[in-house]
Amino acid sequence: MSNIIIYTIFSLTAVGVSAAVILYLIAQKFKVEEDPKIDEIEEALPAANCGGCGLAGCRAFAEALVKTKDLENFYCPVGGSECMANIAKILGIEAVAKKPTVAVIRCSGSKEHRQKTNVYDSAKTCAISSSVYSGDTGCQYGCLGLGDCVDVCKFNAIYMDQVSQLPIVIDENCTGCGACIAACPKDIIELRNQGPKLRRVFVSCINKDKGGIARKACKVACIGCGKCVKACPFDAITLEDNLAYIDFEKCKLCRKCTLECPTGSIIEANFPPKPVKQEELKEE
Amino acid sequence: MKKTKTFPKGGVHPKENKISSLKPIEKLDLPETVIIPVSQHIGAPSKTIVNVGDKVKTGQLIAKAAGFISANIHSSVSGEVIKIDLIEDPSGYKKQAIIIKVEGDDWVEDIDLSEDIKKDINVEATEIKDRVLSLGIVGLGGATFPSHVKLSVPESKKVDYLIINGVECEPYLTSDHRLMLERGEEILIGTQILLKGLRINKAFIGIENNKPDAIKHLTELAKNYNGIEIISLKVQYPQGAEKQLIKAITGREVPPPPRGLPIDVGCVVHNVGTAFAVYEAIQKNKPLVDRVVTLTGKQVKNPSNYLVRIGTPIANLVEASGGLPQDTGKIISGGPMMGRAITTLDMPVTKGTSGVTVISESESTRETVLNCIRCGRCVEACPTGLEPYLLMALSEKNLMEKAEQERIVSCCECGCCAFTCPSRRPLLDYIRLGKTKVMNIMRRRQ
Repeated sequence: MSNIIIYTIFSLTAVGVSAAVILYLIAQKFKVEEDPKIDEIEEALPAANCGGCGLAGCRAFAEALVKTKDLENFYCPVGGSECMANIAKILGIEAVAKKPTVAVIRCSGSKEHRQKTNVYDSAKTCAISSSVYSGDTGCQYGCLGLGDCVDVCKFNAIYMDQVSQLPIVIDENCTGCGACIAACPKDIIELRNQGPKLRRVFVSCINKDKGGIARKACKVACIGCGKCVKACPFDAITLEDNLAYIDFEKCKLCRKCTLECPTGSIIEANFPPKPVKQEELKEE
Repeated sequence: MKKTKTFPKGGVHPKENKISSLKPIEKLDLPETVIIPVSQHIGAPSKTIVNVGDKVKTGQLIAKAAGFISANIHSSVSGEVIKIDLIEDPSGYKKQAIIIKVEGDDWVEDIDLSEDIKKDINVEATEIKDRVLSLGIVGLGGATFPSHVKLSVPESKKVDYLIINGVECEPYLTSDHRLMLERGEEILIGTQILLKGLRINKAFIGIENNKPDAIKHLTELAKNYNGIEIISLKVQYPQGAEKQLIKAITGREVPPPPRGLPIDVGCVVHNVGTAFAVYEAIQKNKPLVDRVVTLTGKQVKNPSNYLVRIGTPIANLVEASGGLPQDTGKIISGGPMMGRAITTLDMPVTKGTSGVTVISESESTRETVLNCIRCGRCVEACPTGLEPYLLMALSEKNLMEKAEQERIVSCCECGCCAFTCPSRRPLLDYIRLGKTKVMNIMRRRQ
């Protein structure tokens, strides 16, 4: 009886040892040399795997980074400049600082501002809706309100406002990865510089129709009147195809344009409420 | 009579509802203004060659074909061009259109307006192609593919058969049916012209056997024409689709995209409406300025078939048949299976408008979408042999590589899957989305 046990132990040990030797030899033969920096960089990255850098996940980004000598075209929007500085330290090259960005929704055509002209009853995604037709309002550029941007956001930074039927970006959560921009079939969302204290001024409309048509479809549409262009002391606003655009690099957040805009399509975000002017008080 | 043919795989049989099939074609009065979009066909939009303020005659060229796959567009009325503006097309996006104020019906001189039937074909094959191009003939079945392209057979390809599509498998629509009954002789001459243009001598006219009168009428007439055979087909949607029709009539299978075209199996398919338009173009020198449109719907007071000038607002058609019913839910340009809902009645009739279907509120509302129960009905119904439930899931999850392997691009968008789904899942909507994405990926790869 004890013989059987001994034989078993010996034979199994022999099999085990020979297998280990074979595996070791094979592992040596097919060993993949990997830059240890890849792991190091991956550690430094935020591990969001969002694709905001343009590559398929953080690992792929790390692999691309170790091969480069120049960080000009590489940027992790989630980690921001701080994270890129750490990576630059690991790689021993110079970091390129970029200003943090945030997604802004360039449509203010809420239910009350933009009349519905028909009913859309097919699959509830913007991609399908926009491939079928221009949308359920008179504005062919505006938000469809079906929330493709909300679905793709990995950071809980966008939600659909039930009253206005428009998406709203939570600035604190937004990393500027750009997933929503790729998802929006109407190209409404834009990445803009975060600005000091998250303050921003932008034209919240992308309607390129002539003024009358745009206004008829939506009360808060940019009608291309050009008043803001004249009002801007920094030449930050341009007017093209009946649509004003504020260059965020040039904008100094003076807010003269918002006072001029007749339709209220220029939005100032995160500014403290305006103090009531003395003259207005006197009039009252 | 031979055993009725049909395509072997899939297909559905929706309620036919051909309520207007007994109504003869009526000529619709000229509207006050016509709106003529410059892109009424598949391919590049035509280039406008008139200016605001110009006086035009009926049949005058107003927009020129821009490229090989494009078509000429002629004025359908005489009057003054009052505006060249962006007008919403059926998809709601704004496209260029020429708006003409109607002042009368003064035709260009060299167009023969008599009703006499001209049988002798005195033109050469190459001239047929040029005339079809210059007179703006496009496929009138609904896809509006420029017809001259189908007449330009590449030298490496050989054509055996011309197939004339008189199937009209779309429920409700009867415009082709009426045309076959009333203009049978012209259609047959048109077919002969197309045969001559293709330099072949065998044509089939496929008609579903829910139109026995048309089959009988054309069979009778076809005795006097060499090489034209009328084929009676079993009622089955989507028999009017090019590939299914070729399979049903000749038994040949068109290879899947991106390479597969009917010409690869030696067939060229034209609609009966196109055959009639070709007759008018070659024998009467008349450009494509009008077409037969069915206005129909269960609640419509007087569903009928109208001969309408291109550019007439759909509102005029609706008015002629007794106005919009109270409980209208959807107005569809085309039939209920392939057509698309329109958002305003100001939209004009274009070369591709084969009908306008008015559907009541209760019939048009989509019911709640339920989960897929894997019953496999969509697989059975798919005439291409795809797995629609799988394609929808892949498209929903954005797995485009897998979708490509599953041959999403072969989908002919007939909608049989969505029609038969007991959970009313929007199968076609998702498949169409995935198909577009995969096609873009494939194009970029090239």
